[in-house]
Amino acid sequence: MVEHLLSLFVKATFVENMALAFFLGMCSFLAVSKKVDTAIGLGAAVTFVLGVTAPVNYLIHHYILQEGALEWLHPSLATTDLSFLTFLTFIGSIAAMVQIVEMTLDRFAPALYNALGVFLPLIAVNCAILGGSLFLVERGYGFGESTVFGIGSGAGFGLAIVALAAIRERLTYNHIPSGLKGLGITFITVGLMAMGFMAFAGIQL
Amino acid sequence: MSHSNAYIVGFAGAVCIICSIFVAGSAVALKDRQEANKVLDRQKNVLAVAGKLPDNATPDAVAQAFETNIRARVVDLQSGEYVEDVDPATFDQRSMRDDPATSHAAPAGNAAKVLRLPNEGLIYQVVDGDKVEMVILPVEGKGLWSTLYGFVALDDDMNTIQGLTFYEHAETPGLGGEVDNPRWKALWVGREVFDKSGEPAIEVIKGQAGPADSDPHRVDGLSGATLTSRGVSALMQFWMGDDGWGPYIDRMQKGGA
Amino acid sequence: MVMQTKDLKVLTDPLFENNPIALQVLGVCSALAVTTKMETAIVMSIALTVVTAFSNMAVSLIRNKVPSSIRIITQLVIIASLVIITDQILKAFLFDISKQLSVFVGLIITNCIVMGRAEGFAMQNPPGRSFLDGIGNGLGYSVVLLSVASIRELFGSGSLFGITLLKPVTEGGWYTPNGLMVLAPGAFFIIGLGIWALRTWKPEQVEED
Repeated sequence: MVEHLLSLFVKATFVENMALAFFLGMCSFLAVSKKVDTAIGLGAAVTFVLGVTAPVNYLIHHYILQEGALEWLHPSLATTDLSFLTFLTFIGSIAAMVQIVEMTLDRFAPALYNALGVFLPLIAVNCAILGGSLFLVERGYGFGESTVFGIGSGAGFGLAIVALAAIRERLTYNHIPSGLKGLGITFITVGLMAMGFMAFAGIQL
Repeated sequence: MSHSNAYIVGFAGAVCIICSIFVAGSAVALKDRQEANKVLDRQKNVLAVAGKLPDNATPDAVAQAFETNIRARVVDLQSGEYVEDVDPATFDQRSMRDDPATSHAAPAGNAAKVLRLPNEGLIYQVVDGDKVEMVILPVEGKGLWSTLYGFVALDDDMNTIQGLTFYEHAETPGLGGEVDNPRWKALWVGREVFDKSGEPAIEVIKGQAGPADSDPHRVDGLSGATLTSRGVSALMQFWMGDDGWGPYIDRMQKGGA
Repeated sequence: MVMQTKDLKVLTDPLFENNPIALQVLGVCSALAVTTKMETAIVMSIALTVVTAFSNMAVSLIRNKVPSSIRIITQLVIIASLVIITDQILKAFLFDISKQLSVFVGLIITNCIVMGRAEGFAMQNPPGRSFLDGIGNGLGYSVVLLSVASIRELFGSGSLFGITLLKPVTEGGWYTPNGLMVLAPGAFFIIGLGIWALRTWKPEQVEED
């Protein structure tokens, strides 16, 4: 079981990287990757929030939304299927979780809050977070798997954005054709990074 | 502009009610159609692997062809016997597999990377009247990126392959995704699953295999997709072996279960 | 008459002058994953255009009533509801394609274009023009999506809309499909080069640092 979870973690971080293989969280990936410091902050915040929302959304889906999931409430609900509410519930729970995480950090870990605070509201509408929750439903992960998957894919996103920020910091000193400046060259860079990450695909754990 | 708390709560409530009417309305109104689509999709896949899919695959024609040609049976994996008290129409093998109460752990470290096996599985038989012409067995296993879900159609000798199809996977389009290529799928027809000693021997090799009558246990590899090819070999050998459909295949070979 | 040209501008501006993907890098998340084939790209484009247009209209209709403290969450609920309805319709009428789009229909909810237009345009403008703005931005997104998809499908699989144009060697033809095109990096390169081309054509969009 441990090996399975470890393999899932590696897969979520490297092989199926949220940003580079599934194009998720691109908006903030491109917008917040100009400086390494801020990229680290966003990466940490995404990992944290994914690690929390993935298991929570697993529980919501497993005990409330899935077909027959409400059976524990009353046997007559055994055929109720609320899965059409998945999107709405997940986005709501993510927004709520982000808010709770923000308040908890503010109260108990002010230093961390100061570092991550500005990014938390941004994250509520980050596709990587919603995507993570939707993937775990689609792939039928269990509770443990969901948690590991959440943290792993968050770490993968963090890794990718920090690496991109480091490259972009260096890029400012280079001569780039004027039309390619900014976004254009960033996309090309991301493409090259994605190729690099594809090399992890052959890893079998 | 500032609003009273009552107004805000009321407004939020009104938005929720209006949205819920639309959402629930569309979900309820379209539910039958979606269910019908799912059933149709499955029927199409079963018919396709058996080579019985009508040319103009209208929903009615598919349902009709399925009705006349195909019989669904539930089989106990370990004993290989039919389970009669379960209705195949409502049987869901995947949720059985995921529920610890109706499944058992697969042998650790199997090459197909199957983690859990359902106690009972859903198979299809192609029938002509009462005679079973072909048996269609579901298979699943890991490729490079994703789990491949498919059907294998075996002739009534329970050895010769009549068809193979994967109805769900997320392999790389153009490389591993070529498992969908009709030319590749056609290579499987006529190959044999078991060698003389009765062990599953079918495998996807690297490069090209010979014609089916001289080289019956090997199939051409998918170029540029070694890991997907390996996954297909592993899942075939796993499901045709003792942990998969082996017991059922044995019973069928010994003169019908 | 003045009003009409203004309306027209609302509709056409996002196509090239102010394309949401090329210029503001909005909404590329879902834009790229579904572009290996024209078929999925076109369905995704229509879905997004419809959602943006109707969410813009709905948000605009209630723009003077909505309390500012719950503004964002109200928009989110409206968008999510529209996405669910779209998803239900796809599942009912285009089952095969909805299977291929998998989670990416759901991700329209977090697509920055939809939220961005609701907050940035619909909150200040009347419903009719907001609706047009939604269509315009949806079309701007579609232009990028479809051009990327056409390049990826043509060179990656040798076909368009599933119809074989360049016969690949695996089917006895002459064309060796370019594997890079159907993989993730291919999409990034195409977008990057596309932006370069657009900015060479319209130099005023070049970023200065």
